[in-house]
Amino acid sequence: MLVVEIWRGGEDGRFQSFDVPRLENQTVLDVVTYVQRKLDPGLSYRFSCRVGMCGSCAMTVNGTPRWTCRTHVSRVAEDGQLQIAPLRNLPVIKDLSVDMRNFFDKLAKAGGAFQSTKARTDNFAQIPPADPQRKQADAGIECIGCAVCYAACDVVTWKPTYLGPAALNRAWTLVNDARDGMGDKRLSLVAGDDGCIACHSQQGCQEHCPKSLSPTAAIAGLKRSVAVAALKGKL
Amino acid sequence: MAVGMKTRHRNHSTWWAFALHRISGVVLALYLPVHFQVLALAMDGEAVLDEALKWSDQPLVKLAEAGLIFLLAAHLTGGIRLLALEFLPWRNWQKSLVAASGGLSLAAGLLFLVNAF
Amino acid sequence: MSEVTQTRLWLAQRISAMVLAVAVAIHLTGIIVAIQGGLSAAEIIGRVGGSFTLAAFYGVFVLACAVHAPIGLRTVLAEMTDLKPVLVNGIAGAFTAVILLMGMQAVLGFYGLGGG
Repeated sequence: MLVVEIWRGGEDGRFQSFDVPRLENQTVLDVVTYVQRKLDPGLSYRFSCRVGMCGSCAMTVNGTPRWTCRTHVSRVAEDGQLQIAPLRNLPVIKDLSVDMRNFFDKLAKAGGAFQSTKARTDNFAQIPPADPQRKQADAGIECIGCAVCYAACDVVTWKPTYLGPAALNRAWTLVNDARDGMGDKRLSLVAGDDGCIACHSQQGCQEHCPKSLSPTAAIAGLKRSVAVAALKGKL
Repeated sequence: MAVGMKTRHRNHSTWWAFALHRISGVVLALYLPVHFQVLALAMDGEAVLDEALKWSDQPLVKLAEAGLIFLLAAHLTGGIRLLALEFLPWRNWQKSLVAASGGLSLAAGLLFLVNAF
Repeated sequence: MSEVTQTRLWLAQRISAMVLAVAVAIHLTGIIVAIQGGLSAAEIIGRVGGSFTLAAFYGVFVLACAVHAPIGLRTVLAEMTDLKPVLVNGIAGAFTAVILLMGMQAVLGFYGLGGG
């Protein structure tokens, strides 16, 4: 038997205990699903693909943000105990569901939208895969916006206006995209106290990213670009 | 945020490196005015400064000073690691730099301790 | 405070960090060498007093500290307290003045002590 503590309610809720049968091959998502189907149909949680592709099932499991569909109970349940809470740093709607609006708004705020410079009738851009800038961009484009890095980042916790690792990682991929036309304007968007310079390189984002991305590396790149732009008076 | 939620997401080396860097920075910043004040005692004559130095000869004070040296070395080596991380091309073996920084800081603190007694 | 100014503050802190990296390394070595066999006022004044080189070195050191430390404290206060930005900037600014005044007083004081 697993003793599972699950957060119930909104910001001022509490942990509720459930007894869940332990199975040999069991993920944390299986546990949450069991509770909602067999014990308490009022439990609110999100999931979609359940195979580690969409990032919808991200929650805090025993203190760390993880994809629950890709977390085996055997790897995290310390003597049969599990604590499941909503993601950190985002407002709790109910139980395990959080309001992702801030997270996605910041993606846009950091200049996360691609700005096209060509028309449909123009030729394709010719960029060799080995191009150094393209490799920098490629290192970050697999992000699916699951907010695990955002939940792991203490700077987000201490400074709610901080753009955060995912938004800045995205901005870096576009800074390195030769086809994008935003140029220095994007650097202005990621500068300032809420931008890349607020990162302290704790690397919690890198530590917990389920796709092994490194927003810290991307933010370091942004810092260099922002520094050069600041010195040249281009910000 | 859920009250009573476990905090396990900070349990990795680069987070501890950050914590040490921040704590050492604050302590050193607060120590600076004290340091300048003691140095200014020299203007009041050798005897006054000598008295302060004699006071700092106590074992506990020497231990505290060794602690300060450790924090200074930690902030220095940790800071160099950060400057490299931010301004040089990214390397994937960052974490070993944390270990190197920690080791050097301890060495500096120990060197001081050994020479102070 | 504009975002450009905030960015310039961050850059100033990084540049002063590079200066301090060299200065602190030298200072740490000096400390460990100096404390061998005990420390006395006469020893310190004899070594530092009236020396132009050391006055210049420590003068640059103080300047770098006066830039580096307050900007760092500003970040810590902004992230870990509820103080308003105006107050945070004010405290940081005051600290800059404290370091500059007390530091330069010590540097110039030793330079004026002669000896050496």
